[in-house]
Amino acid sequence: MIDFTGKMNISVKDCNLYYGDFHALKNINIEIPEKQVTALIGPSGCGKSTFLKILNRMNDLVEDCKITGSFKIGNIDIFDKETDINALRKNVGMVFQKPNPFPMSIYDNIAFAPRTFGIKKRSELDEIVENSLRRASIWDEVKDRLKKSALGMSGGQQQRLCIARSLAANPKILLMDEPTSALDPISTGKIEELMEELKKDLTIVIVTHNMQQATRIADNTAFFLLGELIEYGATDDIFSSPGDERTERYITGRFG
Amino acid sequence: MRKLYSALKIICLVALGITLICLVAVIAYVLIKGTGKLSFDLLFGDYKSSPSILPAFVGMLELVAIASLIAVPIGVASAIFLVEYTNNKGKLVRIIQVATETLAGIPSIVYGLFGYLIFVVAFGWGYSIIGGGITLAIMILPTIVRSTQESLLSVQGGLREGSYALGASKVRTIFKIVLPSASGGIVTAIILAIGRVVSESAVLILTIGMVVNKVPQNLLSPGTSLALDIYYFASNGYRDEAAATSVVLLVFVIFLNLLASGIGKLIKKSTGEEK
Amino acid sequence: MKSSTFINLKEKGMRFVFLFCAIFSILALATITVFLFISGTPFIAKTGFFEFVFVMKWAPLADEIAYGIFPMIVTTLYVTALSVIIGVGIGLLTAIALYKFCPKKLVNPIRQMINLLAGIPSVIFGLFGMTVIVPFVRDYISPNGVGYGIFSASLVLGIMILPTIVSVSLDSLNSVPSSYYEGALALGATKEQATFKILVPSAKSGILAGVVLAIGRAIGETMAVIMVIGGSPEMPNSLFQSVRTLTANIAMGAMELRGDALSALIATGVVLFVFTLLLNISFSLLKREKNDKIKKKESKK
Repeated sequence: MIDFTGKMNISVKDCNLYYGDFHALKNINIEIPEKQVTALIGPSGCGKSTFLKILNRMNDLVEDCKITGSFKIGNIDIFDKETDINALRKNVGMVFQKPNPFPMSIYDNIAFAPRTFGIKKRSELDEIVENSLRRASIWDEVKDRLKKSALGMSGGQQQRLCIARSLAANPKILLMDEPTSALDPISTGKIEELMEELKKDLTIVIVTHNMQQATRIADNTAFFLLGELIEYGATDDIFSSPGDERTERYITGRFG
Repeated sequence: MRKLYSALKIICLVALGITLICLVAVIAYVLIKGTGKLSFDLLFGDYKSSPSILPAFVGMLELVAIASLIAVPIGVASAIFLVEYTNNKGKLVRIIQVATETLAGIPSIVYGLFGYLIFVVAFGWGYSIIGGGITLAIMILPTIVRSTQESLLSVQGGLREGSYALGASKVRTIFKIVLPSASGGIVTAIILAIGRVVSESAVLILTIGMVVNKVPQNLLSPGTSLALDIYYFASNGYRDEAAATSVVLLVFVIFLNLLASGIGKLIKKSTGEEK
Repeated sequence: MKSSTFINLKEKGMRFVFLFCAIFSILALATITVFLFISGTPFIAKTGFFEFVFVMKWAPLADEIAYGIFPMIVTTLYVTALSVIIGVGIGLLTAIALYKFCPKKLVNPIRQMINLLAGIPSVIFGLFGMTVIVPFVRDYISPNGVGYGIFSASLVLGIMILPTIVSVSLDSLNSVPSSYYEGALALGATKEQATFKILVPSAKSGILAGVVLAIGRAIGETMAVIMVIGGSPEMPNSLFQSVRTLTANIAMGAMELRGDALSALIATGVVLFVFTLLLNISFSLLKREKNDKIKKKESKK
């Protein structure tokens, strides 16, 4: 059994990823500190989402995907044979670009992860569901219709439901893949507030297209371009005095 | 030239008329000729002295039960393998695909012949309901596989990802997320397959024996089904009874068709796919 | 929390179950093929392939026993060809009418009705043929007062395959990009010209696949045929004469015959099976060609 109770900083060394012949990530080295928000920015196709998906091994589902390098969360080697992939994914939650609530009730959506890991008692589940929804600050909106289908909610609510669903697994790290790109500004604002709250207990890594969002929420920012990590540092530094010309061109909107 | 094409348009509309008239005529004929001949005796009467379709009811239900109990789990499971485990690609998938397509193209009488050779002769069961049921199961298998494959493919990839990302295993993802999401299409396919079992007769002539005047005692007994009764009545001079039985069969088939589309929609609604 | 080894074991076990079920289709096909060939080919070998396929006489119960299925093959080909001509002719025109010339409001209800009709059991078509078409043909069309035979059978089968042809053709018409049609209109073609010169040719391979499907159904149909074709194992000299198709031969004979005669029936089944295999192969070739075309189109984009 792997132990996710220690320090949850992410350490990646010499990461290379190939889709068939395509070299999608090139020599990425990055240290992501725990209990902070780290944003990955860069133009479409730069590899930031691909990189994110390494951290909970979602790329395992992709055919012809080859990954080399060393990947550690705390003391845990992500790709070690002893590392149980399902336990890894339980502890490294993920929120997707498009809200993907399951076609079942709100309650069952949230209870899915705890049930996966063997919790059957109604009272326990009730508690987890309420807690998770509260943490995702959506409890007040849905507490009266927990038995209704999750598909009847608005897009912004669905996304917060998906966040709550991840939280119900009690993860230590939350990966967010452009979680607000499909949402309106008000819902986006709610989710950003939420992240501020969540980083007290969680390490958050977020991929975003929106540079204002990165400056608003991220403690650290990494800039990706064409599969390479160009620059990585404290968000304030990256945006006020970028060290690389390409970073500057990107954040000032000259390409991407 | 313009005249020629306008004429073609008229010909098309005439063809549409002919199609509708022909098909409506078949149904109308059966209903008009048969409905009046429906009687208590025919439906539930003593089948020993006068023609009755009671044995056929029993036989048909047993056939439906056997065929779907065998074909549904195997068909759904093989579609799951093809879609969820192999991404619908690769050599094995191609071979399985070709095998199901070939099975789908085999004439029912050849299935009957096969059922006869294996169950009646080789296994020594003689004519039996169970032999007919198993043969029918093989016959409807390709349809179930193909429709289930389509339903599974239409499940959004995001749902699977979402489930995996929560730490759910593949099997749990399949049973808790993918299958429920695809259930509308799968149930529709199953009902349509049952429709084929109910309609089939050529297979049964050679496998269950067309014993019209006995209710099957057990699954190894010979028997009959509604469709087979129609053939029996028609070719033995009981044309009125044949028409009346056709009414019953037709009602069954139309009911199954409506049920299929109705249930499909209902499940889609309950899982929220349609708002 | 469940142990991960247990979950892994379950995962592997279920994968095996799914795999086994998937292979079941292959096993079933193999069993059918092997059983038919093992029981059928020795007889064909004993009688001689040419004797069996080309001898004109089928008389298993006569003093001078003969097992030649040539008359049945000829009848099958006749019935198939005629019914496909009837079914495809009317069905294709119907599909075109539904696609372009029919009020839009009516299209869906008609389509649903036609789909429903595709589900009518063939034995009911047989009954209709036996009690309506055969007497009608006998009294008004037949020159010799015989209603049974190839003519009636083709008529019944033609009607029976109509729904299939209509829906397949309509599907392939619907899959033609509407820009083709609009482009033709923009070049000054009338609605009718655009339909017949552009749409129908573009949907050709799909329609052809539908025709092959219909041929398969016509060759394989048993019940609707045996109720209207008469059943004498004779060489067809006229469209109005009691004859037998391959399927009818199997159905009519199988319940009474034993020994050699049964083997002859199984051999008939083998011939029929080979027929349908060939059809299937051409069908999948057609489909592949269609898919290749689509792929080519897409790659051009």
